[in-house]
Amino acid sequence: MKLSENWLREFCDPALTTAELVEGLTMAGLEVNGVEPVAGDFSKVVVGEILASQPHPDAERLTLCRVSAGGGERQVVCGAPNARVGLKAPFAPVGASVGEIKIKAAKLRGQVSQGMLCSEKELGISDNHEGLMELPLDAPVGKPLADYLELNDKVIDLDLTPNRSDCLSMVGLGRETGLINAMGAKGAAKKGPAVKDVDVKPVPAAKNHTFPVQLAAGEACPRFAGRVIKGIDTQAETPVWLKEKLRRAGIRSLSPVVDITNFVMLELGQPLHAYDLAKLKGKIVVRQAKAGEKLTLLDGKEVTLNKETLLITDKSGPIGMAGVMGGLSTAVSDSTENIFLEGAFFAPKAIAGQARAYGMATDAAHRFERGVDWQGQSRAIERATQLLLDIAGGEAGPVVETVDKKKLPSNQVITLRANRIGLLLGVDIEDKQVDAILARLGFSAERVTLKTGAGWKVSAPSYRFDINIEADLIEEVGRVFGYNKLPIRTPKASLTMLPNEEERLPLNRLKDRLVARGYHEAITYSFVDADFQRDLDPSKEPIGLANPLSSEMSVMRTTLWGGLLRALAYNLNRQQSRVRLFEAGLTFTRPPNQAALKLQEIKQIPHLAGVACGARQGENWANGTEPLDFYDVKGDLEALLAMTAEEHSFSFVAGQHPALHPGQCAEIKKNGQTVGYLGLLAPKIQQRLELRQDVFLFELQVAAMTTKQLVQSEPPSRFPEVRRDLAILVGKEVPAAALLECIKQSADNTLKHLGLFDVYQGEGIDAGKKSLALCLTFQHPSRTLTDTEINKSVESIVARLAKDQGAELRG
Amino acid sequence: MSGAELKQLLEGANCAVAAAQSAAALDEVRVQYLGKKGALTGLLKSLGQLPPAERPTAGAEINKAKEALLASLAQRKAALEEASLRSQLASSTIDVTLPGRNAEAGALHPVTQVLRRIEGFFTGVGYAVVEGPEIEDDYHNFEALNLPAHHPARAMHDTFYFNPELLLRTHTSPVQVRVMESQKPPIRIICPGRVYRVDTPDPSHLPMFHQVEGLVVDEAVGFADLKGTVVEFLRVFFEKEDLAVRFRPSYFPFTEPSAEVDVQCVHCLGVGCRVCSGTGWLEVMGSGMVHPWVLECSGIDSEKYTGFAFGMGPDRLALLRYGVDDLRRFLDNDLRFLQQFK
Repeated sequence: MKLSENWLREFCDPALTTAELVEGLTMAGLEVNGVEPVAGDFSKVVVGEILASQPHPDAERLTLCRVSAGGGERQVVCGAPNARVGLKAPFAPVGASVGEIKIKAAKLRGQVSQGMLCSEKELGISDNHEGLMELPLDAPVGKPLADYLELNDKVIDLDLTPNRSDCLSMVGLGRETGLINAMGAKGAAKKGPAVKDVDVKPVPAAKNHTFPVQLAAGEACPRFAGRVIKGIDTQAETPVWLKEKLRRAGIRSLSPVVDITNFVMLELGQPLHAYDLAKLKGKIVVRQAKAGEKLTLLDGKEVTLNKETLLITDKSGPIGMAGVMGGLSTAVSDSTENIFLEGAFFAPKAIAGQARAYGMATDAAHRFERGVDWQGQSRAIERATQLLLDIAGGEAGPVVETVDKKKLPSNQVITLRANRIGLLLGVDIEDKQVDAILARLGFSAERVTLKTGAGWKVSAPSYRFDINIEADLIEEVGRVFGYNKLPIRTPKASLTMLPNEEERLPLNRLKDRLVARGYHEAITYSFVDADFQRDLDPSKEPIGLANPLSSEMSVMRTTLWGGLLRALAYNLNRQQSRVRLFEAGLTFTRPPNQAALKLQEIKQIPHLAGVACGARQGENWANGTEPLDFYDVKGDLEALLAMTAEEHSFSFVAGQHPALHPGQCAEIKKNGQTVGYLGLLAPKIQQRLELRQDVFLFELQVAAMTTKQLVQSEPPSRFPEVRRDLAILVGKEVPAAALLECIKQSADNTLKHLGLFDVYQGEGIDAGKKSLALCLTFQHPSRTLTDTEINKSVESIVARLAKDQGAELRG
Repeated sequence: MSGAELKQLLEGANCAVAAAQSAAALDEVRVQYLGKKGALTGLLKSLGQLPPAERPTAGAEINKAKEALLASLAQRKAALEEASLRSQLASSTIDVTLPGRNAEAGALHPVTQVLRRIEGFFTGVGYAVVEGPEIEDDYHNFEALNLPAHHPARAMHDTFYFNPELLLRTHTSPVQVRVMESQKPPIRIICPGRVYRVDTPDPSHLPMFHQVEGLVVDEAVGFADLKGTVVEFLRVFFEKEDLAVRFRPSYFPFTEPSAEVDVQCVHCLGVGCRVCSGTGWLEVMGSGMVHPWVLECSGIDSEKYTGFAFGMGPDRLALLRYGVDDLRRFLDNDLRFLQQFK
């Protein structure tokens, strides 16, 4: 909310600088976002009047104006389209300055110009640069503009929290400013006048004209104050002081009636609406909308209503969206003579979300959905009447309040316990001080004795409808006492040790190992491009956002590869040639073909994924330059899996994945269950990303790696170990893992280690075969193995390999 | 044989020893003089031909010469070995200033580093770390936190929705609700994780960022404990014992009283600069005493127990701590940026 500092000071004027004033507001919970002067820098600019004008002889768009600004006439060359005889506008004579410009006498296309007529933009008053700033006809010629418009003022931009709608008015802010600065309170530190209120004198009814109102929406609208005012002067002009106050609050002046309703809303916080009485039919009924009803709003927009919307209707149907915006059919216009003023109380729940639902935001809705004083309706109508009669004349009928008393909010009495203040705030505030604070807040409080000790029965004024429970009162007491004066205490608790399961492998350790192996951690968006993800992971059904920021961020990721590949490409495009990135985060999948999605059906599964490309090793005098391959990345994964001490439960099986090269793709299984994939990025996707290098990818479910076997150690054997190397020939298609598994199956437990140290295909070997070199290490825990025993073991292994895998010993 | 001849023989031998340039050459010299057919060996063998009276003197002379020769052989051998070792060492000398192999390690993301640091402070004093789902239901993200449908405070949470019931969590507070639903006080937890708001990325906003929320529920927990916890945390986090911290009244529907927490600008130390928009203060946390309604809603007796909660943004803390100019850097994943956080 924007407001004029001077206006605020009309209600409460503490002896503080602007900076001190706004600091006080911020520290009281009314956060000030900024302070701006209401006009730019200028000097010696006065009210001028155009006495005569004629076209410039040599320039089509320029006008020669005779300007009076007190002390003689001057000729001014002006380019504004609204320069006309009789117009009063700000005038900067020779010697004045406007912003950076010093006004000097000049010749424009051969004609002398002795000053400048100014637009609002030139004076830093607004962004309007369509023409000269138009001043009221009664503006005193020659008077300094800054004095005339009282421009020695600042606009304070307040960011109010939703609970403090009582401060969405000058009266409320004045009250709060007084409270913060302890003004008018006994023994107040800062002396100053007490807070002022608006002096609203009821305007007696001149005639008895009224308009009937019926409430048919229960709690949504329990009070509707209305008044008929007839015979207003449609030609009246809003006075400059009022226009300026509106302008400083960011509201445009439209017509006296609209300006006055806006002014009262700003001043008292109660939104008002004026109907053209001639256009109202039958009676006003406040009711909920029926689904599908239509309403054309003031701004010309037609909306189809839903049944959550509260309406003002008459015999013709909907004529306004209650608390949000009036309708076009009954709007006040230039020809309006008689009006019906509405000052209603709409319950916050009835208005909340309504404006938003129709894509609107209005000052009225902003206030009603946060709440307005439920007792302030007639007063606001009286205030508006007072102003209207002053400005535009007319005869007022009586204020008629239509009330459904049972549905009105009530003044709650809240019990406040002294011990509870001490408990929640951590400080014992003397009862006398609590009395004083409650009084300063304007709360009525009565001391009582409760089971828990001293206490109060408190009721807050109707404008503080945010005060509902004891905690609300304690917050207010703490706030007025001062949050920063409340004590600071280090919490005490018993020193219980927290569990730390050793059989759990924390994700942090897995991440650390990847970092040690050269990977950088990335963080990528959880929502990704739907098309790109479909290429990577077509089998999974992604969850689409209803309101994505863009199509590139429209669905939840089903794999972390999308984001990581983008990050990899980003780096390759920035001259990085060797990229290794990993990310840990959730993937999101849903069951297919289901309309109504439920939370428990969505799988949100933590994954650890990585991408790698470029040279195997960093460029270094000692390193080769060969690119990394499948086995480099597999090694990185094996290093992770080894941390679980359950690496034997994992297996890498040749598999297929749409994002991976069909010949270089491994499905990673744990105890037979697929827990991840590793492989070379499929050429099709590589091309799509315009990547020149091979890219390897992996992704694993974190849960598969976060259990760790607790070590049960074995003593190392004292007896010698014996190594035997075997070279065997097998069919090319036989996976190494099958051979190794076969050996493990056929060996007894004296086989301590099994290694594969060479793989060869090519010259000297059948085209369909490959040669593998294996080393087998045997050891017995309690004796030395004999050659005969080892030979026997090796023979049985070889026999089993021959039988199961068609392997033969290589000569 | 005369003494002069023996002397000459010994001199010749010594010359040969000195001239020998290798262990093999030296051995040849030894054989030449002391071998079975060597010159000195020959002399010893010929002692028998001397008259018995001369034998002891001559024998002693020859033995003396032999010992002298053996000593010089040994000396030369040691010298040759040392020279050979020296040359061997010289030939295997390397340039120790060349860079080593495979030194490249990666780095954790700066936000992760900040998260770990935060977790470290809190787990160190007995908080447990709890995580929760990122796709949440309206109930846990809003309603159970005293934010019913259409509550104006929801406007502060521009929310990504999947349908009217499902959304991307806008804060990690729903994790607190889930903990309170299933666990009895005392509760001391922090909930780190990703959160989402509909915001176009710019230097100070991201549609996805992180949050750490803390929750303590116990008997007799008050605002003073909240202040103590928050102030202490901020001081250890920024490693500044006298860091000024202030509490401003604010409003969160799930806490009452509520407070925003500002720290003295860590960039300009409170003078006013670009980082703090000239105010000298940085808003770093929201906090408050858990609203009794929220406790009751999760089945905790709000008369017996009270609690405090606080929430902070690790991305922003990382930005302040490491002098990062733009939040978007955290999602660019530019190696030239990430490499700085080794």
